[in-house]
Amino acid sequence: MQLVCPAGNLPALRAAVDAGADAVYVGFRDQTNARAFPGLNFDEASLRDGIAYAHAHGCQVYLALNTYPDSASLPLWRDAVDRAAAMGCDAIIAAEMAVLDHAMREHPNLPRHLSVQGSATSAPALRYMHEHFGIARAVLPRVLSLQQVERLCRTSPVPLEVFAFGSLCIMVEGRCQLSSYVTGASPNRHGVCSPARFVRWEEHADGGRSVRLNGMLMDRYTRGEPAGYPTVCKGRFDVRGEVFHALEEPTSLNTLELLPRLAAAGVAALKIEGRQRGVAYVSAVTRTWRQAIDALRDQPEQWSLRPAWQQALSAHAEGHQTTLGPYHRAWH
Amino acid sequence: MKLSLGPLQYFWPRERTLAFYREAAGWPVDIVYLGETVCSKRRELGTRDWIALAEELAAAGKEVVLSSLALVEAESELNATMRMLEHGRFLVEANDLTAVQLCREHGRPFVAGPSLNIYNHRALALLMEDGLRRWVPGVEQGMSLLDDLLMGHLCEGGQLPELEVIGWGRLPLSWSARCFTARALDVPKDACGFRCIEFPDGLPLRTREGEGFLRINGIQIQGEEIIDMGPELPLLRALQVGILRLYPQAEGMRDVVEHFDLARGSATPPPRIGAINGYWHGMPGKPGLPAS
Repeated sequence: MQLVCPAGNLPALRAAVDAGADAVYVGFRDQTNARAFPGLNFDEASLRDGIAYAHAHGCQVYLALNTYPDSASLPLWRDAVDRAAAMGCDAIIAAEMAVLDHAMREHPNLPRHLSVQGSATSAPALRYMHEHFGIARAVLPRVLSLQQVERLCRTSPVPLEVFAFGSLCIMVEGRCQLSSYVTGASPNRHGVCSPARFVRWEEHADGGRSVRLNGMLMDRYTRGEPAGYPTVCKGRFDVRGEVFHALEEPTSLNTLELLPRLAAAGVAALKIEGRQRGVAYVSAVTRTWRQAIDALRDQPEQWSLRPAWQQALSAHAEGHQTTLGPYHRAWH
Repeated sequence: MKLSLGPLQYFWPRERTLAFYREAAGWPVDIVYLGETVCSKRRELGTRDWIALAEELAAAGKEVVLSSLALVEAESELNATMRMLEHGRFLVEANDLTAVQLCREHGRPFVAGPSLNIYNHRALALLMEDGLRRWVPGVEQGMSLLDDLLMGHLCEGGQLPELEVIGWGRLPLSWSARCFTARALDVPKDACGFRCIEFPDGLPLRTREGEGFLRINGIQIQGEEIIDMGPELPLLRALQVGILRLYPQAEGMRDVVEHFDLARGSATPPPRIGAINGYWHGMPGKPGLPAS
């Protein structure tokens, strides 16, 4: 089972490679990928350095081109595919049909992975992408239960990659308009969710704070209460007179305890979320998963979840909380 | 301009649903979309019932389209779409790639629903090769994006599909594996008791300042505001939009249909009966919020 790790910049890429990633995934410094944050991602020079470093250490580099270009900006995405091919990326991760189509026609030997943003949750949807665009792998949206993942491993025409750890999108990726409803900026089109330029914190006289997204109140915190980043899905709202995390708590996905089952199901690759995270996160999370995967490979019968692994992962989880998320029916 | 009744997004008791559509048979809508698009556990009407209702409405002179689920997770959820295709008489609205592929494998044309991601002319052209006959653009498609896309499509020699735009109703914004209605009522999804039936227009979600924001509708989240594209009718005609979609709400639907029926026959745009759709103007979807 391959370990695919995030790299938001060159130091993070090196950290992931050094900690034992089988592949790193990266993006260009523009809206062609779903982590288009200021100061993040790669220009051509740093990507060249990153690819050289990864390849020298036997690690692959995947380029995420997983946003949805509109008609006017299609040339920018096509150009990004061409550059990925020319620079020697090992695969592109794309969601959108025109991008996949261009890659297939112009660079047939550059493997195409279907991004989680492609929202393919069933065998027919995966067949569609495979038959049309020859995808070599698909990343599943974080909505399926473990049993559903296991079944899909048997019926999918291509190997599957699933999210193993990191921030948890609770909506079907590629089909969430909550950010654009409030800010106009969308994960699909602009590669951002709740961009920082729309976030405003207000300090109150009693020591509490409020946080707004484009003027809309996402949450309010008492003095000392831990506050999360105000994505709409993790705010507290009033439903039937009760104020709570109506959609989801600030928490991270952690599937480490499911590792043997994911391996037995035939999952081809595990993805760590977090291109927006720093070197410390990438390094610790990659190293922990590397150890767990290697332990399973070497002594599958003796494998057990080590508390040290879980502690290392919890330390880097959102709000220091983790969940099995949709893999576990009770979460639904 | 034709009028369509979009698929019922909420969960109503069987008798209420049947009564609604039997009344709708006499309304001036041209097209009726039928079927469960949100949650496969909602079974007041099964696929067989929807098809029987489709036959009734077709006999009353309506064009009927059968709508597929927007999120398919389980194998069993493919069956409803398969049965619609096997019945063979009605066009299917594909609300995700699962249904697109099933239509393709059956050699059947389809309506591309608003939850399919079509953001540019190339994607539209590819789907037209697969059998896309009519397209309902997604909620993020505003006027200028749509204009660029259609121009791009025409410039490459494409024929325009029939275009249907969401004209009135709450915008569907997102889908999840989680049922937010069950979460709000503190019941597990696997033993939800189908309680979304208690909320025929969804469950309002407000900010902590009491501002209306979203509607919880099972695994789907909608915008709170009922958007109204009536005032945009002249522009929609210029963009060659041929169908205006009205999403069913629990009360007053006949009046809404009659309002749009009057409006489509008039050269002057009708008075506003709902909120501005911010997306249409390249703004945040929620009306009244500033652009960046």
